[in-house]
Amino acid sequence: MLRSPGLLTLARLRRDRPAMVSGVAALLLVGLAVAAPAVGAVYGVGPEETFAGDLDPYGMPYGVSGGVSASHWFGLEPGLGRDIFVQVIFGMRTSLAIAGTAALVATAVGAVVGGVAGYLGGWADAAIGWLTDVLLALPLLICAIALIRPLELHLYGPRDPVPGWFRAVTVAGLFGGLGWMPIARLVRGQVIALREQEFVTAARASGAGARWIVSRELLPHLGAPVLTGLSLLLPAFVAGGAALSFLGLGVLEPTADLGRMIYRSLGYLQTDPAYVVFPSAALFLLVFAFSTFNEGLRDALDPRALR
Amino acid sequence: MSGSPAAFVLRRTGRGLLTLAAVSVVTFLMFFAVPRDPAAAMCPKNCDAARLEQIRAQWGLSDPVAVQYAHYVRGVVAGRDLGRAQGGYCPAPCLGYSYVNGEPVIDALARALPVTMSIVLPAAVLWLALGIGLGVAAAARHGSPVDRMIGGFSLAGLALPLYLLGSMFLLLFVYQLGVLPYPHYTALTESPLAWASGLVLPWCTLALLFSAGYIRLTRAQVREAMSADFVRTALAKGLAHRRVVRRHALRPALVPLVTAAGLDVGAALGGTVITEVTFGLYGLGQVTLDAVREDDLPMLMGAVLVAALVVVAANIVVDGLYARIDPRVRAR
Repeated sequence: MLRSPGLLTLARLRRDRPAMVSGVAALLLVGLAVAAPAVGAVYGVGPEETFAGDLDPYGMPYGVSGGVSASHWFGLEPGLGRDIFVQVIFGMRTSLAIAGTAALVATAVGAVVGGVAGYLGGWADAAIGWLTDVLLALPLLICAIALIRPLELHLYGPRDPVPGWFRAVTVAGLFGGLGWMPIARLVRGQVIALREQEFVTAARASGAGARWIVSRELLPHLGAPVLTGLSLLLPAFVAGGAALSFLGLGVLEPTADLGRMIYRSLGYLQTDPAYVVFPSAALFLLVFAFSTFNEGLRDALDPRALR
Repeated sequence: MSGSPAAFVLRRTGRGLLTLAAVSVVTFLMFFAVPRDPAAAMCPKNCDAARLEQIRAQWGLSDPVAVQYAHYVRGVVAGRDLGRAQGGYCPAPCLGYSYVNGEPVIDALARALPVTMSIVLPAAVLWLALGIGLGVAAAARHGSPVDRMIGGFSLAGLALPLYLLGSMFLLLFVYQLGVLPYPHYTALTESPLAWASGLVLPWCTLALLFSAGYIRLTRAQVREAMSADFVRTALAKGLAHRRVVRRHALRPALVPLVTAAGLDVGAALGGTVITEVTFGLYGLGQVTLDAVREDDLPMLMGAVLVAALVVVAANIVVDGLYARIDPRVRAR
């Protein structure tokens, strides 16, 4: 029986155990993050609720390993008294929302820019290639760090308060706007390879216009590189967003955030190691699951490549 | 002549300079044209209108952006006079003065660059050695428990944040075991031993995490080469397996490895912010971060320009290495 490429990919993916396990784990984590308010409601604790009564006079949680108990599964944040489980779930939601938006923006921009460069060729390709080179010369993290303040200065001025959501939008926009180049290169290469294929020539010979060729002959083949690109960028942006928060340039309080939480917890590495473990493990799992799944996806989409 | 490595590198250098010029325009626009009012940003908290006007005049902030950019470029190439209150004449590679303490930007960057280089370059040697070594080991024992272990290590390395591993190493080796001093920077020329012992922890942390990508790359490339005809020939004529892996199968992996190393080292030299913050070392990344916190736009722009310069330079070095590794590149 003849099967479509999509079904073949799915079948190959299903045979790849690490990819399946990590894929399920990634889905679970995304599900938890999306349902964060519901999870919090069922668990019975809100993201901004504090339990100062469960902290000793020095601000350290009572009980073993950072106050882990039946009502606080991951314990409490020392000093602040917030529930770590709820903070982690809501923090994952923030991380994934920012990284997901950024990855979608970067993939969309990259696909369009790369597609145009590959399809038109000639001077358009040269100009876009040069622009890509220029942007690649700017290290992503340094530029994101350097641009956050000038952007805020432009829109709000040096004295006005900056609203909390603005940071999240800025970070997502910066990652999206500075991270599309690899996708553009990937798509450009694919389009150049496709452009010269016989089925495209055949379509052109039978009188198809540019619109038909792009939408019916080229686009269906770009699903694979775009999908791999997207799943490659997502964990990279989750890690990058956490790194920015670690530096104090991520989303602001009171929005829960994994990177900021890890930064804060590192001050308690000796006195309350459990506080470090939970948010760090959540970030690690998030990035690990997505990267491992991406690896499997690439293998499944391109069975010739050995990895 | 056009085919010689020197001409090739020269051509690439020209293109790199062009890229750098474009980067400088982009960064200038970002830092001087984008903020609504740079004068207010560089003015102390209780700032009156007269002082604001004075700052605008000194920095030429009322001029058109193109004129401001021209002044900036002239400052970089030939130096410029910024007026008495801003530190007077600013000699040749003039990137302006810090808004915060009036120090020439170039001095602050020149002080920070050796720190970043001392962190990154030895770490890069370590991570390449570790990455290529483990990658070859995994490829040679394909499918064995060793291969799977190395694979797991590399995936974990890709997902582990540097600040986390670094902090744990600090706790373990500095505070608990006390076998290493707290990371600090001593100039190599001053005392090579103090230089190395002060930086060994960041080197190892960077190497462990960055080797992950190189392990995967090396393993994939060597595995692919192992099924190529020239490797089969080498094995068939009786060469030892080890020798074939090292001499024949590793060779084609060098080009992608050099590409990846060039990108990573370039980006890392532009500012290993996380490493520097984790280990309390004052390099380019910390300069950038401080400039952000204090809205010090000239310092910020200088740091980004230096970061871009380093990336472009790394690309030129990579192109030169290509020409050495693969003679076909020169013909292009």
